[in-house]
Amino acid sequence: MAFESFSDFLAMGTHGHYVWSVYGISLFLLVGITVQSITAKKSQIKRLRKLSLGKQNTHAPD
Amino acid sequence: MNWIWFHKLGSPKWFFHWADRWSKLIFIFGVSLFLLGIIWGLVFAPEDYQQGNSFRIIYIHVPSAMLAQSCYLALGISGIVSLVWQMKMAPIFIKSVAPIGAVMAIIALLSGAIWGKPTWGTWWVWDARLTSVLVLFILYMGVIAIQNSFDDTRLSDKAAVVISVVGLINLPIIKYSVDWWNTLHQPATFSIIEKPSMPAEMWVPLLFCVVGLYLFTVGVTCWRMQTELLIREKRSNWIKAEVLDSGV
Repeated sequence: MAFESFSDFLAMGTHGHYVWSVYGISLFLLVGITVQSITAKKSQIKRLRKLSLGKQNTHAPD
Repeated sequence: MNWIWFHKLGSPKWFFHWADRWSKLIFIFGVSLFLLGIIWGLVFAPEDYQQGNSFRIIYIHVPSAMLAQSCYLALGISGIVSLVWQMKMAPIFIKSVAPIGAVMAIIALLSGAIWGKPTWGTWWVWDARLTSVLVLFILYMGVIAIQNSFDDTRLSDKAAVVISVVGLINLPIIKYSVDWWNTLHQPATFSIIEKPSMPAEMWVPLLFCVVGLYLFTVGVTCWRMQTELLIREKRSNWIKAEVLDSGV
């Protein structure tokens, strides 16, 4: 362990705001691109599913 | 040499199934490695004798900078592949990886600027390394913008491929900028042929972060490529079957 206490860890010597802002921005961006990639795929699957199910239903009666 | 893997890679259906099977695993493994490296680096790695704790920014800065360059290398190579073999998957890969590369480049730039303040006393200088990485970011934005700017997919793919290949020239400039010019940025800390000058308790977690972020990128790229395939191949029977099978 490189730090003596939790507040010591948060302070990072005098460099706390540098270190934590880097980690904060990076976390935000990496989580952002992950979530965007997953939701884009899911919504496209949903869209196509609706489309193909809709087509099947219109053909079903005859 | 057996070229079957190359043909398989060019098959949208084969890739889609491969990604279904492996992408989640690769992603989870990558994120775990990355987080392990981050926690190790933040909490357990010793303080740097010159920089104090601000050196801990390295665990974000170096991996993201490596990925920013590697993603572009992959993007440029698939541009060449697209020009030579007209492989269908190549522009799909370019479209999928470009936003991730752009995110990596912006993380590298921002983390570098924030690290620069306590270390060099300035957020930004127009030296060769910093400027060439900024150019890398702009190239990514160019590829993204142009690939989304035409209604005709073939045309937008062609344009994106051309920028991707031309932009490759920037990569050696980034790599050697620290040796060719007098830069504020230090030369590379690591080399394949030498033992690291850093103590192991500092560079081992960095290695975890680097490998973890590579795997993260592979996983997310797979999902983006699948999305692009779902858009482009929506009329094909295998996509229709895929969509009806999936439990979303």
